[in-house]
Amino acid sequence: MSTPKLDLLQGTLDLMVLQTLAAMGSLHGYGIARRIEQVSGNQVLLNQGTIYASLVRLEQRGWIASSWGVSDNNRKARFYAISRAGRRQLAADTLYWQRLTGVMDRVLAMAQTPDEEAGKA
Amino acid sequence: MNLRPLRRLRAFFRRRPLDTRLDDELAAHLEFATEDYIARGLSPAEARRAALVDLGGIQQARERHRQTRGLMPLDIFLQDLKYTFRTLRRDLGFTCVAILILALAIGANVAVFSVVNTLMLRPLPFPAAQQLLWIAPPPQKCGLSCATYSSDAYDEFREYSRAYQDVTGYFAFSSPDNLSLSIGSGAPIPFTGIDVIANFFQVLGVHPAMGRLFTAADARDGAPPVILLTNAWWRTRFNADPNIIGKAFDIGGKQTTVIGVLPASFDFGAVFAPGTRVDAITPLDLYGPPRDWGNIVTMIGRLKPGISPAQAREDATLAVPHLCWNNKQPGSCGSYAEDGIVPVPLKTYVSGRLRSALIVLWAAVGAILLIACVNLSNLLLARASARAKEYAVRSALGAGRLRIVAQLLTESLVLSSAGALLGLGLASLMVYWLAHQGAIALPLLGSLHVDGAALAWTVLVAVVAAALFGLLPGLRMAAGNLHETLKDSGAGAGQSRKHERLRAVLVVTEIALACMLLAGAGLLLRSFLRVLDVDLGFAPTHAAAIKVDYNDSAPTRLAAVQKRTAIFQQVLARVQALPGVQAAGITDYLPLGQNRSWGTPFPKGVTPPKATPGGPLVYVVTPGYFRAMGTPLRGRDFSWSDGPKSEDVVVINRSFARFLATYAHWPNGDALGQLLAGGGNGGSLRVIGVADDVHEESVEGSAGWQIYYPETQADPTGAQLVIRTTLPVASLASSVMTVLRQLNPQQPAAEFVPIQTLVDHANSPRRFFMLLVAAFASLGLLLASLGIYGVISYSVTRQTQEIGIRMALGAGAARVQRHVLGQTLRLTVAGVALGTVASLLVARLIASLLFDTSPWDSPTYFSVALAVVGVAALAGYLPARRASHIDPMTALRSN
Repeated sequence: MSTPKLDLLQGTLDLMVLQTLAAMGSLHGYGIARRIEQVSGNQVLLNQGTIYASLVRLEQRGWIASSWGVSDNNRKARFYAISRAGRRQLAADTLYWQRLTGVMDRVLAMAQTPDEEAGKA
Repeated sequence: MNLRPLRRLRAFFRRRPLDTRLDDELAAHLEFATEDYIARGLSPAEARRAALVDLGGIQQARERHRQTRGLMPLDIFLQDLKYTFRTLRRDLGFTCVAILILALAIGANVAVFSVVNTLMLRPLPFPAAQQLLWIAPPPQKCGLSCATYSSDAYDEFREYSRAYQDVTGYFAFSSPDNLSLSIGSGAPIPFTGIDVIANFFQVLGVHPAMGRLFTAADARDGAPPVILLTNAWWRTRFNADPNIIGKAFDIGGKQTTVIGVLPASFDFGAVFAPGTRVDAITPLDLYGPPRDWGNIVTMIGRLKPGISPAQAREDATLAVPHLCWNNKQPGSCGSYAEDGIVPVPLKTYVSGRLRSALIVLWAAVGAILLIACVNLSNLLLARASARAKEYAVRSALGAGRLRIVAQLLTESLVLSSAGALLGLGLASLMVYWLAHQGAIALPLLGSLHVDGAALAWTVLVAVVAAALFGLLPGLRMAAGNLHETLKDSGAGAGQSRKHERLRAVLVVTEIALACMLLAGAGLLLRSFLRVLDVDLGFAPTHAAAIKVDYNDSAPTRLAAVQKRTAIFQQVLARVQALPGVQAAGITDYLPLGQNRSWGTPFPKGVTPPKATPGGPLVYVVTPGYFRAMGTPLRGRDFSWSDGPKSEDVVVINRSFARFLATYAHWPNGDALGQLLAGGGNGGSLRVIGVADDVHEESVEGSAGWQIYYPETQADPTGAQLVIRTTLPVASLASSVMTVLRQLNPQQPAAEFVPIQTLVDHANSPRRFFMLLVAAFASLGLLLASLGIYGVISYSVTRQTQEIGIRMALGAGAARVQRHVLGQTLRLTVAGVALGTVASLLVARLIASLLFDTSPWDSPTYFSVALAVVGVAALAGYLPARRASHIDPMTALRSN
């Protein structure tokens, strides 16, 4: 049995989408979802339908823009691209995320007290 | 800048294209995914399934998309709205009744709000109206003569007061139809004009719609006559002639130039003389003959900015010692200081005394709204019981309590909005009707209209009502026990029983409220009947008055008296000869209208005390007037032989005679035959008659003092021909007019005014309030009885089975009927008891509106209780009848 997949934390999907678009350029919804799944090594439990809510939220905030286009295999699809404001936001969010994970790492790395270990045993 | 809220709003309105876009995206998504899976070796069907699983449900994706991009609460509200419309359409009977109830209640509220707003809340229709003050002594017995000032006093006040930008006034003694307009050779047209001090409009801040206002030069002695037309008269009489300015007309024999037309917003009568019509305004010649006419002008001042009414009162006490009644009589200086001058805001003078009546009216419609809400709550509860299962199912399917309450509140809001819309229509009709009741002596009524404030009030009332009647059933519903409801097979279960108790409480409240309203209306009605019963000192029925035009100009006063007497004698002789005329007489002033006083004649040989109250009101009359008016008289009437050269005679009323008797040493204290000193020309006056007290100023106030002079000895200010007849007045009008025209071709086409109309006019505010409160009370009773009917009827339906069993076991129809009626009466008696106690507690609040009626008048309370019980019994009888007709077999078989 594989380990259970990770539930996404609130807000992390938006950041992933922004980063994906920043890294890959223009993509359609399925493309973004696949890309995130691939990069995560299929570890996240991504309900692909939620991508679209995230996309519309980001678009309303003006961080991405969208337009109809044609995919490699000649299908009509809506393509999303990160905007300048989006890039600024991505930089800020990335910084925030890194600080948060840094703090989390340090907190979780605290040595456990001998008492508790004794209690557990 | 964060544009997201705007974009969400935009997305809310672009639902369809955005949904289509998402659907297209999702379709593309699935195709991509399916292709990927096929490429990885799955069969097309399996690939499609896997793609769908990854997507996590198309409908969920859509919901989430909508939730993110748009305004979810609004979406939910719209959904609830759609659902509400559907359910309300399904239950059309309920919907119509509910909307009608709400429309009546909200309509009444909006209409009354408009009245209250116009009369009490809104400032007077003048710019910076709070600066305007009515400058007069405190109210007293002697009528307008004591509330007015002489030309000289006006001048001095203007000079010595420091608080005002300017002071103005108008001539207070014009009577209706005092002027006549002659166009071509037609009969002169009577119209009502008011003389004002030249700066009148400047002080009030009124600008002409056309032309110019008066200047000081227009009011100078001997200035060419000019006139300002009111907007209404200009429209009706002159067909809104746009070139009227500068045209001259024959008014009372003088070529008078129209210098301007007043704006439609200016209505003299509405502010200063409620219930009367004024057609034109003329300048008052303060320094010509009116200078010697005594107290003739009212005073109205505009305060300087920043001066408070309290400071103005202070200022008036400083100015008043300088005022002289007549500058040529140094002894008259300071005479105004006795009474003092107490300036009050003009608004208080105009509508201050209506305050308590308006508040009562407002409270009455508030009660109506409460009753309507209770009624609606009741109806909704009944519906809610029927729909309990539906809600239980919804709740079981995951709808939160809040969601269910929101749904029910949406329903209330839809009902109350519809009610408000219809109610607004009703209110507009009522307001339009009221605004065109020119005969009601209430100020500013003509300017009544449904305005922005009234619209805002409607919205407020609708929302409050929805919350009031929607919340209780909503909370009830949401608080219900899910399992019990789902198990509950309908009739006879605990949930419905609890509902029924609540509904009984509501009905009792409703009856109590209706009871209070009825008690208030009953007290007002009783007061009104008492007012109608007042002995006015004259008999208003079968009598009518018409204004007579005459010309008594002559070189000497004696010649004028003789000329006038000859005219009057002729008029009266010929009118009395008409068939059906029982009596006829002429007076210059009619009771309950204009009045004046000429000082206080005193018993001859007795020194009057320093401070006497204002003098008796003066009436100059012909022989026959008392009989025509129906005023009982002890002693003798005037006769034509009481001439200018014979002894001066007067008739005084009982109250004045009693007052004089306390100072004189008359045998038996009887004034009849005694002499008074202090007549107009300084001579003595013989009292030849004592007349009954006449209510000359108001029907409700106590009668003051009156003195009657014969027109053969004193000069009248006009002539009102009063006739007493057994025939309808209208049938006499043309023959009387023919007589008047034959004697004087200049006689304007005046109309007979029944004396009863004068009384009705004086009583019109009381009648108006009484009728409104009575109408609201009836509405309240109707709603309450609907409530009773609803509850009893529902309970009979619920108990069908039980009643069936009882009848099967031998209970007779009469017994069942008694049982149901008993149930009704229990509720009613509880409501009546509660309502009576509450009314007794608040009755003191309307005591000031009552006339000769105790606020704890037991017959009123008794009749109200009886009426409510009667109506309730009727409302309970219908379901009781239905109950007694239940067929036991059918009842037991059903369900």
